[in-house]
Amino acid sequence: MESLVPAWLVPARSQSPTWKSPGSTRIAQHESTRVKRFKQLFGGTSLEESVEKSRGGAFSALRDLFRPGVKLDEDFWEELEDTFIMADVGPYLADELIERARESIAAARLEAAADAHGLVEELLVEQLPAQSDTLRRAEPLTVVLMVGVNGSGKTTMSAKLAHWLQEQGHSCMLAAADTFRAAAIDQLRVWAERVDVPLIAQQPGADPGAVVFDAVDSALARKASHLIVDTAGRLHTKSNLMDELRKVQRIAVSRVGADAIEALLVMDAITGQNVLNQARIFQDAVSLSGLIITKLDSTARGGSVFGIARELQLPIKFVGTGEQLNDMDEFDSTRFVRALLGEPATA
Amino acid sequence: MFETLSDRLQDVFQKLRGRGKLTEADVNAALREVRMALLEADVNFRVVRDFLKSLRERAIGAEVLESLTPGQQVVKIVHEELIRLLGEPAPLRLTGSPPHVIMLVGLQGSGKTTAAGKLALALRKQGQRCLLAAADIYRPAAIEQLETIGKQIDVPVHALGAKESPVRIAESAVERARQKRLSTVIIDTAGRLQIDEAMMEEIQEIAEAVSPQEVLLVADAMTGQEAVRVAQAFHERVPTTGLVLTKTDGDARGGAALSVRSVTGIPIRFMGSGEKIEPLEPFYPDRLASRILGMGDVLSLIERAEETIDAEQAADIEKKLRTATFTLEDFVEQLQQIKKMGSMGQILEMLPGMGQFMRNPAMAAALDEQQFARVEAMIYSMTPAERRNPGIIDGSRRRRIAAGSGTTPAEVNQLLHNFRQMQTVMKSLAKGKIPKNIMRMFG
Repeated sequence: MESLVPAWLVPARSQSPTWKSPGSTRIAQHESTRVKRFKQLFGGTSLEESVEKSRGGAFSALRDLFRPGVKLDEDFWEELEDTFIMADVGPYLADELIERARESIAAARLEAAADAHGLVEELLVEQLPAQSDTLRRAEPLTVVLMVGVNGSGKTTMSAKLAHWLQEQGHSCMLAAADTFRAAAIDQLRVWAERVDVPLIAQQPGADPGAVVFDAVDSALARKASHLIVDTAGRLHTKSNLMDELRKVQRIAVSRVGADAIEALLVMDAITGQNVLNQARIFQDAVSLSGLIITKLDSTARGGSVFGIARELQLPIKFVGTGEQLNDMDEFDSTRFVRALLGEPATA
Repeated sequence: MFETLSDRLQDVFQKLRGRGKLTEADVNAALREVRMALLEADVNFRVVRDFLKSLRERAIGAEVLESLTPGQQVVKIVHEELIRLLGEPAPLRLTGSPPHVIMLVGLQGSGKTTAAGKLALALRKQGQRCLLAAADIYRPAAIEQLETIGKQIDVPVHALGAKESPVRIAESAVERARQKRLSTVIIDTAGRLQIDEAMMEEIQEIAEAVSPQEVLLVADAMTGQEAVRVAQAFHERVPTTGLVLTKTDGDARGGAALSVRSVTGIPIRFMGSGEKIEPLEPFYPDRLASRILGMGDVLSLIERAEETIDAEQAADIEKKLRTATFTLEDFVEQLQQIKKMGSMGQILEMLPGMGQFMRNPAMAAALDEQQFARVEAMIYSMTPAERRNPGIIDGSRRRRIAAGSGTTPAEVNQLLHNFRQMQTVMKSLAKGKIPKNIMRMFG
């Protein structure tokens, strides 16, 4: 049998920086400009090593894509397409974007890759829906439904969002509507204590609709401005679970009105092309108002949101960048695209 | 948009009919379709590139040239190659003197804790005495989660709280297993990014401390292009011995498994599906290959049907069908069962070749989910007596049912008419005859 271990597979160890982090004190002594830039892009405090590694390693080819001296030849286009695909943009959309980039670059009569960077960046930014207000603010109460497949990071993101809202001067509450997963309520309770926001929870196995009903009552009574509902993770293919989510949404709508609901799909940046199916079905069930991309501190670039943006016109509201409460940021399409392309060599 | 690869390849080769010889351009066009299909399935683009190189030779070979259906032939070759690449299912290698140690590693949210429970259950059913070790001290309530799962499946959980170091937890779990003469220790480690140096060092330390026989990388079936680098990084730190692909009950094509397999060479050991703690499922290369190609997954459909349809209920209904005592009550129950399996659209998508049907607007309309809901509403608006004996439904009852279900008397009529036809069909089925126009009554 022929060897199927591809020749391009250079062990990443040899590509990695030789220094090791000094255990628990993880503040890197070697803060390069690249690291600074990434921190500047995505905030967060635990990115040092990740950036060093991901940019220094397999991404080096991409970082150099727009370096001075590179011609806009077939090799360039192929590499750019690889960049898109590697970021999970998806083959058909990548194809189309390359075509459009070629057209606009031909029209601008550019020859050097370094000059093309701005155009490519602009093209990608255009694909993402215009920035909207980060979160709706309805009187007296806004209900934020956190929905998504299992393991996408809803619970952690709920806590971060509560923390973020509090820092913005809002009064916020959490509702533990994941009554299914073992210890999900405990997990949210720990977070609620850390963030210091009230948590409304019932017993494991309780009806999530009832939890939300009660939580809205409490939130109204306590005059909270936002109620963040952490729903159970569910695969979009499970119609009974999607029905359950519909019911949760209906209850919320009946209590505060549709305009006071933010239904946010939480997606892991590492998810591939399946995310479009997910978004379609969640959209159909609870009329999503936006997306949250989590785990962007990984090497994944989250390019699969381009497909969602194109089809469903859903704004991306926040990004999650780590496990700490502060590891989140409002979405910025330019920053996102720059990270996806790898920044120009001049940075 | 969601044409199957075979449809697209058939289109490519259709144009060649009568021209006889395949040119290089033809082969390129066909390979392009294969490339797109694999990328859509989240197979890593470099793995795809290598795959196409080896495919090219076979694609221009005689078996395609001389075939009457070159498109199908290419699909067959791709399918075979995928099966070959995915490798044979390999059982766990738990050798040496017990306790054997299995370590689960992976990214956050990949499903390690659930997989740990499922693995423990699978091993327990094989007669092993397992111990689950809760070594995720970082995620809030991760230890409680494992403890809850342990209780559900009646497997002891070794937990020392979140203050003890994961290395210490792992070591003491093995020690406890040795003392209590348990056969297998399953260590549930915290989710971590492969680029988190300190955390990666931690799993290395755990592995050095307890020398696991198996280190299983747990990866989500939905993972995109990054799967390769994640797997590589884990593999370098702690030599992984197998892959567990989780959340396969979704509709992700699971190309990540192929990427991981071909890059690291580690075998795919198990598939996880569902949140309920049931034993991990073995991996079948042919099924996964079909899934990656979007060729429909009939076997999974059958399994899903078996899982959702209550066997006793089915036997009961079968008896009613045979004796032609099937009532509207039974009918609505049947609708419920079908709904539990997923939407009609989803069910049909799982059948090979059905993609085309679904794009047909007439077909889509016939399968309108709303229609199901209306039928249900009408039946629920009937009294139990009416459901058992629809013959008593007169004009006034019809109006009441229509008003109760938000439909019209004409629709109620239509339903009753269809139901009578169905009963006729069943009577003839019971006598062993299969009516020719059986499908028409659903039209």
